[in-house]
Amino acid sequence: MRALVFLEHHGDAIAKASLGVLARARSLGEAEGVLAGEGVRGLAGAAGGVVWVAEDPRLAPPLPAPRVDVLAKLVRDEGFDAVLFAQSVLASDVAAGLAARLDAGLNWDLADLVEQDGVLVGKRPALADSVWVDAGWTSGVRLALFRAGAFDPAPDAPPAEVREAAVELEPHSLLAELVEAASDEGESGPSIEDADVIVAGGRGLGGPEGFALVEALADALGGAVGATRAVVDAGWYPYSAQVGQTGKTVSPKLYVAVGISGAIQHKVGMQGAGTIVAVNKDPHAPIFEYADLGVVGDLHEIVPRLTELLRARRG
Amino acid sequence: MKIAVCVKAVPDAATGRRLDPATRRLDRGGDLALSDFDSHAVEEALRVREARGGEVVVVSMGPARALEALRKTLAMGADRAVLVADDALAGADLLVTARALAGALEREAPALVLFGQQSADGDGACLWAAVAELLRRPAVSQVSELAVGDGAVTGKRQTEYGYERVRAPLPAVVAVSDAINEPRYPTLKGIMGAKSKPQETLSAAEVGGAAESRTAVLALAPPPPRGESRRIEDDGAAAERILEFLAERRVL
Repeated sequence: MRALVFLEHHGDAIAKASLGVLARARSLGEAEGVLAGEGVRGLAGAAGGVVWVAEDPRLAPPLPAPRVDVLAKLVRDEGFDAVLFAQSVLASDVAAGLAARLDAGLNWDLADLVEQDGVLVGKRPALADSVWVDAGWTSGVRLALFRAGAFDPAPDAPPAEVREAAVELEPHSLLAELVEAASDEGESGPSIEDADVIVAGGRGLGGPEGFALVEALADALGGAVGATRAVVDAGWYPYSAQVGQTGKTVSPKLYVAVGISGAIQHKVGMQGAGTIVAVNKDPHAPIFEYADLGVVGDLHEIVPRLTELLRARRG
Repeated sequence: MKIAVCVKAVPDAATGRRLDPATRRLDRGGDLALSDFDSHAVEEALRVREARGGEVVVVSMGPARALEALRKTLAMGADRAVLVADDALAGADLLVTARALAGALEREAPALVLFGQQSADGDGACLWAAVAELLRRPAVSQVSELAVGDGAVTGKRQTEYGYERVRAPLPAVVAVSDAINEPRYPTLKGIMGAKSKPQETLSAAEVGGAAESRTAVLALAPPPPRGESRRIEDDGAAAERILEFLAERRVL
C-alpha cells in the first residue's frame, strides 16, 4: 500500500484524528500526508515524513470540491493506491467526491484497517454496531473514511519532508462559496473528536444549569464535554457537542455518561470508547447494559464528589 | 422551480434490520419505509415549492417494491416519483448508487437537488458529494437553514468547528440536516391522492447502465466483546469507587 492521508486542519492544528489515520497507515505500509489550504506549510512538522502541501487562497475556505481536485491530481501523478481520511463533515464530502472523480471504491465509518493475507480490509461496525463487516475494495485506488478517534497519533513525528502539490482547480469546484464562518468553540474547551476523555450529559441533568457539573468533571479529568441529542434539541448545550447518530461518533479512552439513558441513537456514537462509566438514577437505563462501570445513584451527589476527589488527587 | 429529492426506502426499523449471511447484503425482503432522514428533505422541498412554485420530484433507487415506501412522499405532497429499479443494481455500492441517481437526475434536470443527512440503514453520509461531482455541480451538506434565491441557494451549516454559510449557484445539490424542519404528516386526502400521482420506474439502462461496485463485503463477524459490565448502587461512596475503577483501568 502506498497511501495518501488527508490531513484536515483547523486554525493552526492538524486534527488529531487525521494524525491517527496517518500513524495507522504508516504501520501498514508507505504513507504520505497532504495539507490543503492557505499558509499551511508550517503544520507539516506535526505529521512528519513526506507531506504534500497545496497552498492557494482558493483553498482557504474549508470546502470540499477544490480539495477533490488537489487529491485527484496527486493520486494520478504520484500513483497512490489508497487515500485515507478521518471522518468529518469536510472529509466525508471530499472522499465521496474523489470516489466519483477517480471511479474508486469508498468504504466509510471504518473502525480499523488491517492486512489479511496480503489484502487490505476495513473493519466496519454496521447496523448499530451489532455486526462487524469486513469491507474490501475492487478498484485500484482504495478510499476509506475512519471513525473519529479510531487510531492514536504516533508519539513522535519523523522530520517532515515538504513537497509541493500542484493546484489546478476545475471550474465546477469553485462554484460554492463560503460567505460566513463563525466558530462556536472558544470557552467550551477541546473538541470532542480529539479528546481522550469525554464527560457527556443527558436529560438526567434536569436542565441546562446541570451542565456546570459536567463541565467541572470534564475539567478535572482534562476532557471535553459531550451532550445527547435530547439536550441539544432542548437547547441546553450546543450541537457541536452532540454525540450519537445525528451528531458525532467518538471513541475516547474514557467516556463518562452523566444522566444519559443510552438509547441506541446515542450508543452508536460512543460505544467505541475504551472505558465507559455511567451514572444514572434509573437502574433500568439501557446504558447500564454496555457501560463498563454502571453507577446507580444521584448524579447531583456523585459527580461533584468525584470532581472534588480528582482535583485533590491532582493536587 | 423544479426540485428533486433523493430518498431511500430502507428496511423498516420496527420490523428489524439484518444482513443476509448468504449475500452479505442488507435483507430487503421485509417491509420498506422511507428513511426518516429523507422526510426532512421532502419537507424542505415542499416548503420551497410553496414559496416559489414549481414541482417536487422524488428520485430513488431500490427494489421495485420501494415504490410503496415512496408513496409516503407523494402523500406528503410531492408531485411524482421516479424509481430506478433493476436487478443489476442489487448490492449497489456508493458509486453505483451515485451513478444511477445522477443518471436519473440528468433526465429530470432539476434546479435544486435535495438529500437527507444520512441513510438510516447504511449510515452513509456522503452520497450527495459523489452525485454532485458526477453532475459537476456544487454541493452543500449539513444544511440546517436553507435560503433559496433566484439563481442561488445559501445554506447555513453546522460542522465540527462551528457554523458556516455557503452559497452555491443553481443548479445545486443540498443535503439537509434533520434539524432543518419538522416534516409534516400526510393528510388523509394526501394519502388518498398519492396512488394516482405519476410513479415511474426506470431500468438501469435508462439511466446510463449499471456500473460495477468498487467495494465488496468480504465477511461478517459478531462485534468484538466489550468485557464484563460492573454495576454498583450508590451507598455514599460511589465517587470513591469510580475513582478506584478509573485508576485500575489506567485511564487517569
